[in-house]
Amino acid sequence: MAGNDLFGVHGTALAVRSARMGVLASNIANASTPGFKARDIDFRQALAAAGTDDGIAAATKYRLPLQTSLDGNTVELSQEQTAFAENAVQYQTTLSFLNGRINTLTRALKGE
Amino acid sequence: MPNQPLTVIQVAGRAMTAQLVRMNTTASNLANAGGVASSADAAYKTMKPVFRTQFDQATGLATVDVQRIVSAGEAPTKRYDPANPQADKDGNVFEAAVDETRELVDMMETARAYQNNVEVMQTAKSLVIDTLKLGR
Repeated sequence: MAGNDLFGVHGTALAVRSARMGVLASNIANASTPGFKARDIDFRQALAAAGTDDGIAAATKYRLPLQTSLDGNTVELSQEQTAFAENAVQYQTTLSFLNGRINTLTRALKGE
Repeated sequence: MPNQPLTVIQVAGRAMTAQLVRMNTTASNLANAGGVASSADAAYKTMKPVFRTQFDQATGLATVDVQRIVSAGEAPTKRYDPANPQADKDGNVFEAAVDETRELVDMMETARAYQNNVEVMQTAKSLVIDTLKLGR
């Protein structure tokens, strides 16, 4: 597992954040679909289960709505928008970590 | 491309398409508010799209499609107006029952949902571009 040692936790973290972005985008897309149940990924559990086949699928859970709606839809837009923005920033943070690691290694290889 | 796995950009794009259909029905409803016809059958009836979630088994993503468009709302209202050229033999016209307030509220909600999906698409796009620049 040389690749995992190289990037540490950040490689898997990027995959989980990418998957979470998809799940949150699905929630926002279905904000006005009757009966749609919003989902989210438990980041800690998904990261711990990384490498197994359905690690991310097992960590995907239904959201508990703060207030139920008459049409059975559990998407709360303010919550989804916050989570989506947060996840985007976290994704970019992970990218910065990866970039830093790559730069370090490139510099070491060049011997500057 | 019905059988290909979904991407985040497609999820947002198809949701935008669905919201646009909803916006079109709202526009038609508002345009026909107050329109009259000679019979109850010929009168305009409020149109509403039926949204349905489309799950993608391969990626676990879910987008939304318009399943069909149904006519909803109240029956046309009969009004006695013998001077109207559209009046039937009893002097009645049938006015389209469009709830304008409800349509306007619907229009605002549609516009907001559309904007949210545009935002999702923009964010996803910039993150993909940033990922492509990784290591440069």
